[in-house]
Amino acid sequence: MSAPHLVVPGADVRAVLPEAILAAGAMVLLVLGASFRKRRLGFLAVATIVILALSAGGALLGIGHFRSAFDDRIALDGFATFTKVLLCAAAAVAVLAAHSFLKQEEAPQPELFALVLFATAGMMLMASTADLLLLFVALETFSLAFYVLAAFRRNRKDSQEASLKYFLTGSFASAFLLYGVALSYGALGTTRFPGMGAIATSSVPMTGLLPIGLALVLVGLGFKAAAVPFHMWTPDVYDGAPAPLSGFLAAGSKIAAYAAALRLLTHAFPLLQPQWRPAVGAVAVLTMVVGSVVAIAQKNVKRMLAYSAIAHSGFLLIGVAAGTPAGISGSLFYLAAYSFTILGAFAVVYAVGGPGEEHITIDDYRGLGRRRPWLATALSLMLLSLAGIPPTIGFWAKVEVFGAGTGAGLTPLVVVGVLTSAIAAAFYLRLVAVMFLDGDEHWAGAVKERTAPGLGLAVAVSSLAVAAVGVAPGFLIELAKKATFAIR
Amino acid sequence: MTHFPLLTVTLALPLVGALLIALIPKESLGLIRTVALVSTLVTFVVSLFIVFRFDASVAGTQLEDYAPWVPQAGASFRLGVDGISLWLVLLTTFLMPASVLVSHHVGERVKAFHIVLLVLETSLLGVFLSLDLALFYVFWEAMLVPMFFLIGIWGYERRRYAAVKFFLYTLAGSLIMLVGILFLYFTGSHTFDISAIGQMHLARSTQAWLFWAFFASFAIKVPLFPLHTWLPDAHTEAPTAGSVLLAGVLLKMGAYGFLRFSIPLFPDAAHRYAPVLGLLGVIGILYGGAIAVVQKDLKRLVAYSSVSHLGFVVLGIAALTTTATTGSVLQMVNHGLSTGALFLLVGMLYDRAHTRQIADFGGLASVLPVYGGLFLFVCLSSLGLPGLNGFVGEFMILNGTFPVLRILAILGSGGVVLSAIYLLWAYERVFHGPAKMPHPERKSLWKDLSVRELAAVVPLLVMTVVIGVYPRPFLSRIEPSVRQTIHDASVAGATPGSPPGPETTARGKP
Repeated sequence: MSAPHLVVPGADVRAVLPEAILAAGAMVLLVLGASFRKRRLGFLAVATIVILALSAGGALLGIGHFRSAFDDRIALDGFATFTKVLLCAAAAVAVLAAHSFLKQEEAPQPELFALVLFATAGMMLMASTADLLLLFVALETFSLAFYVLAAFRRNRKDSQEASLKYFLTGSFASAFLLYGVALSYGALGTTRFPGMGAIATSSVPMTGLLPIGLALVLVGLGFKAAAVPFHMWTPDVYDGAPAPLSGFLAAGSKIAAYAAALRLLTHAFPLLQPQWRPAVGAVAVLTMVVGSVVAIAQKNVKRMLAYSAIAHSGFLLIGVAAGTPAGISGSLFYLAAYSFTILGAFAVVYAVGGPGEEHITIDDYRGLGRRRPWLATALSLMLLSLAGIPPTIGFWAKVEVFGAGTGAGLTPLVVVGVLTSAIAAAFYLRLVAVMFLDGDEHWAGAVKERTAPGLGLAVAVSSLAVAAVGVAPGFLIELAKKATFAIR
Repeated sequence: MTHFPLLTVTLALPLVGALLIALIPKESLGLIRTVALVSTLVTFVVSLFIVFRFDASVAGTQLEDYAPWVPQAGASFRLGVDGISLWLVLLTTFLMPASVLVSHHVGERVKAFHIVLLVLETSLLGVFLSLDLALFYVFWEAMLVPMFFLIGIWGYERRRYAAVKFFLYTLAGSLIMLVGILFLYFTGSHTFDISAIGQMHLARSTQAWLFWAFFASFAIKVPLFPLHTWLPDAHTEAPTAGSVLLAGVLLKMGAYGFLRFSIPLFPDAAHRYAPVLGLLGVIGILYGGAIAVVQKDLKRLVAYSSVSHLGFVVLGIAALTTTATTGSVLQMVNHGLSTGALFLLVGMLYDRAHTRQIADFGGLASVLPVYGGLFLFVCLSSLGLPGLNGFVGEFMILNGTFPVLRILAILGSGGVVLSAIYLLWAYERVFHGPAKMPHPERKSLWKDLSVRELAAVVPLLVMTVVIGVYPRPFLSRIEPSVRQTIHDASVAGATPGSPPGPETTARGKP
């Protein structure tokens, strides 16, 4: 009897190079962070950004090639490359802002940077995965990092509460996802996307298992994407987490969830579109309406941005429901637009909120245009972008996604989209009005405030992206299109 | 682009001015005001060259500037003028120096004010110059932001309410139009170039809903009767410069949109729904006029008179005859001049009295004789006295509408009477009778118009006389384009797409 030997599937390491760089870098950062006696947060932040840049470089190396590893369970194609570079950029902006947050903490924990890298690695994997089980692993990887990041304000109860809520509800979502994976496996006998798609479309008798399984997987993804009715955690977590990390959570988990959903739906199951499109469309309508309407009632800016994140998830779902190349590239563009906008917005929210983030109600923003004109201008730019007013990046994002919707014959969905955009404009505009139209007589905070350099840089970078791409969106649209056609 | 990009330069000059102002320290108010005035004047002078180089014998667009902008999304930077947009561009550049001149009362955030004003000018010019739907839409919506700040920061008591209402109201309409624009792009030619879209032959039912989608946006901007409620608030609460530009330029954007987009792109629907448009126009004429009669606030009265006047413009467009529609385009310019002048004058009165209530005044003709004379002059221009500009436009509109929409023309002519009532009655109450004004003891306050104020308002009055006495140069440039637009639309409208066929089929040039 011969000894059983382990079969190692052929692995092209270059296919997982970006994730590998991040994971290794995160380990190094953990050790470094623990071994410095003095807090060297600036050095660690720069190191984090360097690691992110290396990782993005690793992803870019593969341009023009299709690399896969682990029996085609991980694919590094153009679609994944776009998503990964975007994630690195988002993480870098978040690190800039988070550095300022850590500096203001009494006992800063440098582990934050490592956790950001772990989360990014997990989210990157989401964009590459072509296997349901791996999807689950990737989702858990970045979720665990986020559970901890949400609790990073250790001396604050609401931060702890946010983390616990996120963890509990997130565990439920993961369970749904896992159950969906199991049912899909039961229906098709494989968890690999190419195999699943092939079997599902070769008219093997469609038992009830596959639709249910697929639906449950989408529930798990919908939870991360903050789609209604899986959105309940969003306002609490965005509110409780430190603002720079809320921004990262909003941008990152949307990118990850939508990258995975796009690959799963449009690449593995394009022929099941008649089945999934009505479901995605219904969730889109619900998400847009609930997000936009409930946001109006918010008095806390972080919660308002959370409901706005929900509404934006609904707009993105129009691109997913379209499922066409225009829908995919539109969604990718939207993700990029939303990421920079929301990261910038949360960075400003942190700068206004002060070290303990005491000033986060709309009343605290009264007269901000007089008190801190640059911050107020930057936030207005972000809000106009979220509202989709030209010439900002958010306008083109809406054009791309709504256009894809109309092109795919989903005009009613797009009509709901524009109507909810008009509703949403009301609360974005209210904040702009509060900042510029009101005086600052009621301001109870510090008289002279300064914006920390890291935070200022984060705001400047995202403002530049929002404005510059808003005026000349061509190259980003081009990249998103290339990424779409390079999906394998 | 081999020729000198005149239109692009005109479009960019205000932005350059705004950038220059941004570099000036905010304490040097005089310098800021001077730079703003100079850049608006330079823009006006440069825009005069558009008239000089404009070929009146050409009906189509000319002086086109083209550059690829977002080829990936089918959008291009394409500018051009024709007879419909030419005078609206000139009106914009002409009203801007006046708006800067009357903004001396703006005491706070002067630097930001002038930057916003110049950014607004660029976006207004962009709306009239764009020949690409995407570019047009960008300017159309971007314009809301400076206007929002203009009303919201520098307006009067209820400025915040008025600014938010203005923004959301017009945004809602624009977004509905956006669905139509995207539909045109993604189901048709995959271009935003309006001349290419004009070649598409859309099915009847498609034209119908696209027409109403665009209507939503344009009707709010005009504004047409049930959608006009943002206007009195926005006009009344805006600072004088804002009111002048709102009434003078912004309101023209809706009517311009009908002419530039709705009629050429959806000719069949335009023909079918023109009577509805005309009816709404007439309701606006009578309703706006009737409400204006009972206003107690002078500025609100002028605001409602705009609803009435724009009703005439829409009626003339709905008639779809060369005479009436040419009259409409001229009337847009006329309304910009006379209502712009009225807002300038009302603003000057407010600067002195800090009230606009008609009941607070009386017998001002003896206190401010020059002011009173000019006010009467503008009233006469606005109510259509023969020899002044308003008469030419209104006469052409009614004359051209009568053969096709007889009842509407008859009803609409009632508006001429109403405008005489509300304007002359307001004039009588404010300027005749025993002298009455707030703080009469402050003699320095009640000086007649200064040189600066005269410089702002007199050019507008000169133009009302010029157009009134010799409208030929204006009409001869407007008419070919209007004739062409109406002709194309009636040819296309007579042969609507066959309903059972595909949604869109290519159609050659007529």
